[in-house]
Amino acid sequence: MNMLTDAAVEEALDASQKPRPLKMRGENVRVFYGEKQALFDVNLDVLENQVTALIGPSGCGKSTFLRCLNRMNDTIDICRIEGRITLDEQDIYDPRIDVVELRARVGMVFQKPNPFPKSIYENIAYGPRIHGLASKKAEFDEIVESSLQKAGLFNEVKDRLHEPGTGLSGGQQQRLCIARAIAVSPEVILMDEPCSALDPIATAKVEELIDELRENYTIVIVTHSMQQAARVSQRTAMFHLGNLVEEGPTDKMFTNPDDKRTQDYITGRFG
Amino acid sequence: MGEHTVSSFDEELGEIDRLIRDMGDLSGAMTRASTNALLNSDTALAQRVISDDTIMDAKQRDLDERAITLIAKRQPMAQDLRSVVGAIRMAADLERIGDLAKNIAKRVSAVGQSATPRTLAHSIDAMAGLVLHQVNAVVEHYVKRDAEALIRLRDEDEKIDIQYTSVFRELLTYMMEDPRNITSCTHLLFCAKNLERIGDHVTNIAENAYYVVTGEQLPVQRPKLDETQMTVDADA
Repeated sequence: MNMLTDAAVEEALDASQKPRPLKMRGENVRVFYGEKQALFDVNLDVLENQVTALIGPSGCGKSTFLRCLNRMNDTIDICRIEGRITLDEQDIYDPRIDVVELRARVGMVFQKPNPFPKSIYENIAYGPRIHGLASKKAEFDEIVESSLQKAGLFNEVKDRLHEPGTGLSGGQQQRLCIARAIAVSPEVILMDEPCSALDPIATAKVEELIDELRENYTIVIVTHSMQQAARVSQRTAMFHLGNLVEEGPTDKMFTNPDDKRTQDYITGRFG
Repeated sequence: MGEHTVSSFDEELGEIDRLIRDMGDLSGAMTRASTNALLNSDTALAQRVISDDTIMDAKQRDLDERAITLIAKRQPMAQDLRSVVGAIRMAADLERIGDLAKNIAKRVSAVGQSATPRTLAHSIDAMAGLVLHQVNAVVEHYVKRDAEALIRLRDEDEKIDIQYTSVFRELLTYMMEDPRNITSCTHLLFCAKNLERIGDHVTNIAENAYYVVTGEQLPVQRPKLDETQMTVDADA
């Protein structure tokens, strides 16, 4: 019989209730674009080996928050950030932090697949090369193969590694970009609407991949698809007009949210 | 709750709600009519209950189809999702109530023209009254989204169980008094059992409705009374 012993049940309960370690934390994060304030005192924890989905109507600040997590907003001159964001309890806006190294630890995948105009092989090998993670060809070969494997793309491209990455289909290009992000062994992967330019099959493949990657990486994903957030994430944070409205386990957010704005947004009553 | 950006979404949810109300009204009417038909040996009324059950089935199928189409088309979330899934489940219970009422009605021709003596029928009439009140109230509370009233209503099922036990004892006594009562009392006993089961379906509906309204599940089980077993043992 497949009856569970009491001990096994308790163990399973313990595992599900044990708090997961904190990977990143935003404390009172305020972001300004010139005079305009885009984020108001956002406090959000990103837990290790979990997928955290950021949802909310356009202009709510979810992408702005995502881009704070690896200092992508630094590239915008008029952007000013207050508050504190930590990675493994270390302030990522500390002046001593090397931004390039930070972005290797916190990688990013964008809305539109943006492979470099180089071969598939070079797309992957580029990051490890500039970060000095490998020097011999065999080492690069190994990184390229394992990254493509993890991104579920290797079997589809193994015979044409030296053809241009831009020649792949949209879905393959996006997985190539994920492989490229993985190649530098990041700890956190940020995804900004990674499936919005993909068809349903390619979307399903990327979602499957996200679920597999969770084992080894911490993932934060911005998505406009409520169903996608419900499918891929364990925790969901809802933004509205620059405020974090509500944050919690995904199951609860999509069946019985506490805040009326979350309720209205996910049920299609505004936005 | 405000309206959806897509107004036809509201209309589709409204249609499903309307069907639940219809099925609720119909199940109440069928419960009342079937018991009356049995107590008065009214075969015409019994026939009407039997044909009403076809309408009930059709409404349930209609509701199921609409609910499934809505899920496919709109991917409802949060309270919308709860009300659609809840409606499917409540409709299944309402349809079962219709079946049980039909079962009672079918007995009318079996009992034949020998009308049940009023003395035998009194307590079962009272039980039918209780059940009918529950059936009507549960849909009403659901329509008003009244969670507190739904909890109270669920707890009141106990009254039906107690009444069932007393009907059982009473009928047993009549049968022991005069074996000529056995035929009609047995039919009444089946009727009482069906009424008691209608009460159980009302309890299910109340639990589902509570979940739809609040998003919380009610605690697993309230204590359940069934003393009929003890009665038999005592007499054995």
